[in-house]
Amino acid sequence: MRRINFARIAVNLVLAAALPVLAGAQQMESHEGKWTGHADAGRQLYYRYCWGCHGARGNGDGENAPYLNILPRNFVAATFKCRSTPTGTLPSDQDLFNTLGRGINFTNMPNWSALTDQQRADLVAFIKTFSPRWKTEKPGDPIQIPPEPALTVASIKHGGELFQKLECWKCHGQEGRGDGPSASTLTDSNDQPIRPYNFTSDNRSKCGRTNQDIYKIFMTGLDGTPMPSFADVVKPEDAWDLVHFLRTLQYNNKSPELTLWLSTKEGAEIVNAKKVENTYTGSGVKP
Amino acid sequence: MSMKHVIMAGLVTLTASAVALAGPAGGTVSGKVTYEGTPAKMKSIDMSKEPSCAKMYTTPPLVETVVTGSGNSLQDVVVYISAGIPDDAAPSNAAVFTQKGCRYIPHVLAFQVNQEIKIVNEDQTSHNIHPLPKLNREWNKSQPPGTPPISEKYDKAEFIPVKCNVHPWMHGNFAVMKNSHYTITGDGGAFSLANLPPGKYTVTAWQESYGDQSQEVTISGSETKTVNFVFKAKPY
Repeated sequence: MRRINFARIAVNLVLAAALPVLAGAQQMESHEGKWTGHADAGRQLYYRYCWGCHGARGNGDGENAPYLNILPRNFVAATFKCRSTPTGTLPSDQDLFNTLGRGINFTNMPNWSALTDQQRADLVAFIKTFSPRWKTEKPGDPIQIPPEPALTVASIKHGGELFQKLECWKCHGQEGRGDGPSASTLTDSNDQPIRPYNFTSDNRSKCGRTNQDIYKIFMTGLDGTPMPSFADVVKPEDAWDLVHFLRTLQYNNKSPELTLWLSTKEGAEIVNAKKVENTYTGSGVKP
Repeated sequence: MSMKHVIMAGLVTLTASAVALAGPAGGTVSGKVTYEGTPAKMKSIDMSKEPSCAKMYTTPPLVETVVTGSGNSLQDVVVYISAGIPDDAAPSNAAVFTQKGCRYIPHVLAFQVNQEIKIVNEDQTSHNIHPLPKLNREWNKSQPPGTPPISEKYDKAEFIPVKCNVHPWMHGNFAVMKNSHYTITGDGGAFSLANLPPGKYTVTAWQESYGDQSQEVTISGSETKTVNFVFKAKPY
């Protein structure tokens, strides 16, 4: 028989009523396409679904937090990973809405597809009440992503040159397994050890499954982690070449890029040399 | 009008004229920053993972968390006026922060709120500049060799640790100041803050490992007041 923890329910209710009580906090709204979210509706949802990890005060110290590898987002600091806005700027409402719906791959943040779009919009509005930054700053201007150019072998090869020149391999490793020379010493902004993304895992990147998601990751950086923004040093057309190349590192994912790459002699040689058991942690031991 | 009022009026007039007569040079607060006890031994940095930087050193450089000098002095201590003076507008020149030999030069860069900082990469390897503020916004930018300087600024006073994720031994600090009365001690630990109008000030010294200390000082004219700071060295 399940014991009902009355104390916890009582605390939950008191906190839901008491926090946050900043004047105007409950008038915060969010706008995502046709949805408008309201913070007072979001508050009820937050204290039902989110506070277990993200904490009563929204600073990521929920009761689950000590058991989580990547710590829950601290909404008071308002530094977010998956954005369409430049590094150091606030994400757009749409960014937060998308993250809620999709979750953050390879972390404990689930996709909240069980919630309706309206509920997620309300949650975004409430999350924005935790940090005073939302009152004094506007979100950054979303970066312009040019339409994806045609996929060619030249594009993939140029992307490979960029991977070398920009020294991505220092963290991600030459085969993209997340085992580069600097990988073992990386810490995130909470001083927690963190691994670089392992491209051989599957077709997902941290912030989604599409090529646009990969584009945004290195052109806006994953704020709060070692992954920087390359927006100042990579031109948009070069960025697409890099995206095409990065897809060929995901050799467990039969993407159009990988298929094209395997059809060339050079590509086939490189990829077949790498084919080992999928090693999720990036140890990449060859048999 | 009572005697008290007459005296008060007289005192106000005298003070006002004293302020008016004080020359533009103002007073100076100077002194030395030293430590007592035994500071931790700074380890040498192993740069073997970055050969292009390792080869620039005949002997490996030391970690710069605590830099000591002759006479138990402390280098890289930021000494500044933390109270008693209004904020200053940011100067138009940029403060420069250089990555060279896989280290930050200077180790502590002090500049004002809203002043431009220019970050330069003089190495043959890529660095990412990742300042870790708590009050200001956190950003993280890659800077490959041969790319233009990165221009940034901060709008809140704060001491901000700076790191490079690619090279974990690289560590520096930004000291974002509210006014123009600040300095960083060099070898020997001496400092001097000049051009202070008459008034009561709080002088603060900040060292990245030992924290900060403050002392009050009053300037009445163009004299030099001596303020010394002694930090308790930590063995770790």
